[in-house]
Amino acid sequence: MAELAAIYVRLVGARIRGDLQYRTSFVLFITSQFLVAFLDFLAIAIIFSHVPRLAGWSLAEVMFLYGATNVSFNLADVFISPVETLPGRVRMGTFDALLTRPLGPLFQLATEEFALRRVGKLIQGVVILVLAITRLHVEWTAARVGLTAVMLIAGAVIFSAIWIATAALNIFTVETTQFGNAFTYGGNFLSQYPIDVYGVWLRRVFAYLLPIAFVNYFPALYILGRESSLGVLALRFASPFVALATALVAAAIWRFAIRHYRSTGS
Amino acid sequence: MYWEVARRAFRRYATYRGATVGRIFTGSVFGFIRAYVMVAVYRSRVDIGGFDVVDAVTFAFVSQGLLAAIEAFDTDEIAQRIRTGDIVTDLYRPLDFQRYWLSQDLGRATYHVLARGIPPVLAGALVFHLRVSSSPTVLVAFVLSVVLAVVVNFGMRFIVNLMAFWLVDIRGLLQMFTLSEMFFAGLIVPITFFPHWLETLARFLPFAGVLQLPVEIFLGKHVGIELVATLATQVAWAIALLAAGRALVAAATRKVVVQGG
Repeated sequence: MAELAAIYVRLVGARIRGDLQYRTSFVLFITSQFLVAFLDFLAIAIIFSHVPRLAGWSLAEVMFLYGATNVSFNLADVFISPVETLPGRVRMGTFDALLTRPLGPLFQLATEEFALRRVGKLIQGVVILVLAITRLHVEWTAARVGLTAVMLIAGAVIFSAIWIATAALNIFTVETTQFGNAFTYGGNFLSQYPIDVYGVWLRRVFAYLLPIAFVNYFPALYILGRESSLGVLALRFASPFVALATALVAAAIWRFAIRHYRSTGS
Repeated sequence: MYWEVARRAFRRYATYRGATVGRIFTGSVFGFIRAYVMVAVYRSRVDIGGFDVVDAVTFAFVSQGLLAAIEAFDTDEIAQRIRTGDIVTDLYRPLDFQRYWLSQDLGRATYHVLARGIPPVLAGALVFHLRVSSSPTVLVAFVLSVVLAVVVNFGMRFIVNLMAFWLVDIRGLLQMFTLSEMFFAGLIVPITFFPHWLETLARFLPFAGVLQLPVEIFLGKHVGIELVATLATQVAWAIALLAAGRALVAAATRKVVVQGG
């Protein structure tokens, strides 16, 4: 394990040094990530300039949801999203090279395509989350602080699992990468707003089946002390278990896909 | 000749069926998310900046569909050719460099609008009441406006891509550009929702001509002379951006440093 960590640091370090070679682009990228964050979030602020509440949620509360899902999503983006490149590698036939090396293919993908520039969006998520916390009128008990930390980690695990599972399924249908985007980027977008706003089927598929609602919505109900007609009380604390289950399913799909992978032969 | 380039580009993109189906699905999901958010916003409002709830929901789906036409997320093909040096062969060709790529983009956009742009709007129409004008003037003006949107978008992206001559790696610049474009085009929220000063600013920028203006035309917000003025704004931006792009090509080829040439 310690050896793996050392290899990880070494490989990722090499990628970071590589990224820093094009300094102008790198600086622009990080800056742009902040701008994104800002403009993207500005859109929500603009909505709230017209209405005091959205489906009963205040601006500070929506900021909390927004910040939380962005922290989780971008943690997954920094460390796991390079698996997205898997279908492209299968098509080009370069995935085979990974399988001949004495490290897991997931590990190699995560290190080889690691990009420090993705950190910009993560920082943005943190900033919005902190701003939300300063604006909320919530008594920060140990349980609330603890659940917030658990929520962020569980959310990152859920997004990572979705990324891995969709990338693995793309081994079989190389062209369908775009479906995965609906669940990863779509899931992130969906959870920036309270799920009360969505229609029944969208909620069922994305919020419960996927299970995006456990990334931020259910834990936030407890943390913010909100009532909701959705889900039983226990679900508010279920995120870590749901995350674990999602990770196990993703791992099973990944292993199945790798075992049944057949090279394109070209 | 350029017609042939466009036709080939159309067919090139038409071969990726699986990707098209995936994009339709993703586009529809995003359209529905945005539409539901709009419905929630309008629960306590009747009118925001001249848009009622039907306008706003229609805006969500039509602008999502138009996103396919302007291909916002992976257009650094020219920049990559500059980086690899393949650009030399493009400059050799007995074709106008800019017109060649514009024809390509028009061919691609035609395919993407038909295959990827329309289905999410139809999916939205199954669940929501959408505003679709029956006036032939509006529909013809809309088609014209979409073509102009593709040209304006191309004009800007062409310039951003050419920056690779100076920056080599333009991923950062491209991302910054894309996000500003999406925001000021009205993708995240319609620019009619913006505070007055920001809306005025947004209408002064070329980005509005990429999504906001075509959708407003679709919704029948502009009639008579105002409709002509809206289309004229897009035409003016298209000409200005294409001219700027040409000037940049000239400047770049004078000092071209081909990587690994």
